[in-house]
Amino acid sequence: MSQKTEKLIDKKGLRLDGRKPDELRPIKMEVGILSNAEGSAYIEQGKNKILAAVFGPKEMHPKHLALPDRMVIRCRYHMAPFSVQERKSPSPSRREIELSKVIRESLEPTVFMEYYPRTGIDVFIEVLQADGSTRCASITAASVAMADAGIPMRDLVAACSAGKVDDTIILDLMDAEDKLGSADVPVALMPNHNAVTLLQMDGILTAEEFEKTVSLALEGCQKIYAMQKEALKTRYVSVKEVEE
Amino acid sequence: MPTFFERRQIVTPGDLIAEGDYITGENTYAEGNRIYASRIGIVEYDNKKINVVALRAFYIPRVGDIVIGTVVEVGFNGWTVYINAPYEALLRASEVLSRPFKPQKDELSQFLNVGDLVVAKISAYDRAHNPQLSVSEPGLGKITRGQIIKITSTKIPRVIGRKGSMVSMITQETGCQIILGLNGVILVTGKNPEDEELALMAIRKIEEESHISGLTDRVTQMLKEEKKGGKIKNESKN
Repeated sequence: MSQKTEKLIDKKGLRLDGRKPDELRPIKMEVGILSNAEGSAYIEQGKNKILAAVFGPKEMHPKHLALPDRMVIRCRYHMAPFSVQERKSPSPSRREIELSKVIRESLEPTVFMEYYPRTGIDVFIEVLQADGSTRCASITAASVAMADAGIPMRDLVAACSAGKVDDTIILDLMDAEDKLGSADVPVALMPNHNAVTLLQMDGILTAEEFEKTVSLALEGCQKIYAMQKEALKTRYVSVKEVEE
Repeated sequence: MPTFFERRQIVTPGDLIAEGDYITGENTYAEGNRIYASRIGIVEYDNKKINVVALRAFYIPRVGDIVIGTVVEVGFNGWTVYINAPYEALLRASEVLSRPFKPQKDELSQFLNVGDLVVAKISAYDRAHNPQLSVSEPGLGKITRGQIIKITSTKIPRVIGRKGSMVSMITQETGCQIILGLNGVILVTGKNPEDEELALMAIRKIEEESHISGLTDRVTQMLKEEKKGGKIKNESKN
């Protein structure tokens, strides 16, 4: 990335899509859009378009994977072949397998897994269109889908990324900023318990910059959490309004 | 001892409902003296106890519940029954035969086969074992006629109504017998399909509008109107 074709941040301090450094992309969330899944959610975060579906809890198949004292969560993160500029092979890549694990582990602490032993939950995440920070948007959507499935949870999980491009700390990286920038830090948060369930870093930051980046990402998580709550409530409030 | 939500307000998982000397009820959990919600639902206060009436939940078996299930497997000495829960239920052969089961003589699929529906009672269930079913009481056993409708199991109390007012009203208005499976499956048996369809319509309305007050009145009104409309249609045919 030595040769930059254009500056990622212009003279006015605005980004490629006209956002301020600490501004989120426009987010649209919808809950319960798949009738065959027990819980589902759809999220649009900028150009990201992601579907999440939750099945279960149900008896674990194959049976040897069931645990005698708690439930099992299985997670599949998958990018559609048409989600990126160059066709992506539909078979799970190394990156997708890793993200599935990372997303599962960021959701697990929120679920009361000990309530229903010997059962399993399946979480499916389909990325229809990718534009950077898909793991964060996926966690956000999957958590809402789990709440919609009626799974008992300690908290929702809201996720957001922050990073550094052109020596500026910025919130919610998009694809170009992720690829050309110098660091990317995705963070997932349980907002009511102030507990971080995912924290990764790709790139180089000084200790000071790192702290700044994380606190900016946490602010973003709080904003996204408010939207998650709103999306969940609208699903039931809208029924009320139609009637009255 | 503040509470942060009013009665009948919607909460989402993780919302802090109250702080102080309260007791956790349904779909809530405590951390120290803070009470949080664990499902999407509506807050209800019952003295010191805090309940969240879940808008979305699945059925969890309880001993003594009447459920309606589908046979999914015929085994060596019993059947596996799907009861709309995370756990599959077992129905022992001797329960259905009401005499000791002889593997040499009895062919289990003659009594109940895959796909058959049964009304049964949960006789045993705990964390370590899958639920056991019993059909040894009157009214329980294989379903031979009627129609089945599935609704969210949390809405069964709404279909029952206060002291059974809703079910008895639907039964009276449509002349159908209604068996409620607490797992969210409802069996409706009437004299003719039209009556059954009317009862199903009422149940669907209850499921959709259960969180809006004045439900019984609206359902009664709908049934009366539908009945009138149906009669006019029938008369014009004659």
